[in-house]
Amino acid sequence: MGKTLFEKVWDSHIVDSVENGQEILYIDRHFIHEVTSPQAFEGIRRRGAGLYRKNKIVATADHNVPTKDQHLPIKDVLSKLQVDTLIQNCKEFGIDLYGLGHPYQGIVHVIGPELGITKPGMTIVCGDSHTSTHGAFGTIAFGIGTSQVEQVMATQCLLLERPKTMRITINGELQRGVSSKDIILYIISKLSTAGGTGYFVEYAGSAITSLSMEGRMTICNMSIEMGARGGMIAPDETTYEYIRGREFAPVGFALDEAINYWKTLYSDEDAYFDKEYTFEAESIPPMITYGTNPGMGIGIDEAIPDNDSDSFKKSLKYMNLEAGSSLLNKKIDHVFIGSCTNSRIEDLRIVAEYVAGKQKADHVKAMIVPGSKQVEKQAREEGIHQVLADAGFELREPGCSACLGMNEDKIPDGEYCVSTSNRNFEGRQGPGARTMLVSPLTAAIIAIEGKIVDTRNFVNKVATV
Amino acid sequence: MEKFKTLTSTVIPLANEDIDTDQIIPARFLKSTTREGFGKNLFRDWRYDSQGDLKEDFILNNPSYSGSILVAGKNFGCGSSREHAAWALYDFGFRAIVSSYFADIFKGNALNNGLLPVQISDGFLETIFELVKQDKNTTLKIELIDQQISIQGTKHTEKFNINAYKKTCLLNGYDDIDYLISKKSQIEQFEQTHKEF
Repeated sequence: MGKTLFEKVWDSHIVDSVENGQEILYIDRHFIHEVTSPQAFEGIRRRGAGLYRKNKIVATADHNVPTKDQHLPIKDVLSKLQVDTLIQNCKEFGIDLYGLGHPYQGIVHVIGPELGITKPGMTIVCGDSHTSTHGAFGTIAFGIGTSQVEQVMATQCLLLERPKTMRITINGELQRGVSSKDIILYIISKLSTAGGTGYFVEYAGSAITSLSMEGRMTICNMSIEMGARGGMIAPDETTYEYIRGREFAPVGFALDEAINYWKTLYSDEDAYFDKEYTFEAESIPPMITYGTNPGMGIGIDEAIPDNDSDSFKKSLKYMNLEAGSSLLNKKIDHVFIGSCTNSRIEDLRIVAEYVAGKQKADHVKAMIVPGSKQVEKQAREEGIHQVLADAGFELREPGCSACLGMNEDKIPDGEYCVSTSNRNFEGRQGPGARTMLVSPLTAAIIAIEGKIVDTRNFVNKVATV
Repeated sequence: MEKFKTLTSTVIPLANEDIDTDQIIPARFLKSTTREGFGKNLFRDWRYDSQGDLKEDFILNNPSYSGSILVAGKNFGCGSSREHAAWALYDFGFRAIVSSYFADIFKGNALNNGLLPVQISDGFLETIFELVKQDKNTTLKIELIDQQISIQGTKHTEKFNINAYKKTCLLNGYDDIDYLISKKSQIEQFEQTHKEF
């Protein structure tokens, strides 16, 4: 029997199988950031054995950093301590750090791919659940806890139980105004937040292979929101083209050799998946969430469903919404465009293309946080910054920002925020904040209209992201 | 890591489903550089209002409920990979979490910190909630060696699954890291032939 893409990559990284079903998986690249690494460094220091392969670790500061005046010292004492601790640790252990002020700084899942560090066939981990993003390149990439960060630092390996495999196939063409973010919100609304638990997902089908790398990253990024450890997409010409010429990408003969290998990374026709789902692209509407987990999503013109469970009722109460009602015409206070899900150059381009020559609604506070210094620079070069500023959007510097509100970028208690991020949990964007997850195009349209609208009436072509 | 063998305790019931790690410990309280002290912000926004005053209707603030076992609705620990969630629960005094479903990363993090996730059937979970509602002193006994959980003074009992390796680790207080370090020569050997493209 043939192998799945997941099995091909997983099997090529097995150091040993332990008698009771655990396997020792070798990790090719380890990304670290300021929030989930300090306790791991502390453990390494206590053991005194040092790092096993420091050249396989790449560090950046993203979760805690301010998105205004990054050239000035961080005002929040605790945030500053964490960022300073990362700088100190990287210095002491000799790790490459793309910290504040560095031209490569940015959200860890944005910079890995854009620097050409993320490549097909690799295993990548990071103390962050959205590490699944890198799966868009045909890598096995997943989030780990701090104890595991320490394990990888000490041995470059993890002890794991092999997950089950799932394939989700989306065939056909997307409707007008529908993008990759809508695809993944649709999938999660069908499978629920626990539907993928225990699985590693492969996304396939013509609606997936026709996406750009940015679009594919958005899909893989949110795999964790249905409980899956990670998501993958088989590499193809789009993948190779994206990697070619990037800072750390292979060149010349090494690139040819790599591409020859990458071409073997696909699921064989007779490969077996533990679970399979198929959806038609045409049936996916522009999506929006109405509740407090990413599985609570509906088509933007649909009514909020009803459900008897106490958890569901509690969720609607928190959002101050009613079952059976429509979200259309609901006034919105904030629009946040950013996060490791949707802060790449293509996301900014699609927003700029729509808002060019328009003005955001007066009552909406619209914030755009690019994913990295490189995205910010490119946006400037393409004139995107000016278009967005002219339309009334506040442009910030790179970081995780209002996706999780660790820095000052928080949504006030009780206010509604239409957000391109990945989680609408209670208080995620600030205590009492009410988050509605959408695509960048939907966010752009809502920022202009000031309320929730059926975005299909505002666009005349298919979104490219 | 502390050893885990048997735990007998009253419980704190929290029937909500899909309790995510942002509820267990909100991101703004992750700014410490050590593992200690996260318990005081466990379920922060459910325990305290925006003024920092206790919300009396939240179960953790009700003095008639106590114990080192948290019984929670299904899909506990979904969301982020923050191990701080497991640290906060442990620091607060919990030693086991009982639910009918756990999110993957949380489960792994809990096991790596001596906090036992006990996955039981929906029906058994319902029974526990029901009995605790009738009597706050309802006591659970969790025996790791036999992989058994029972409601004291009743016939209600159920077996639970746990990975055999993880069970050994918990029973003996071993970490994964010691095991992996003992495999160093094999890892070095693997690196000789492993090609990264």
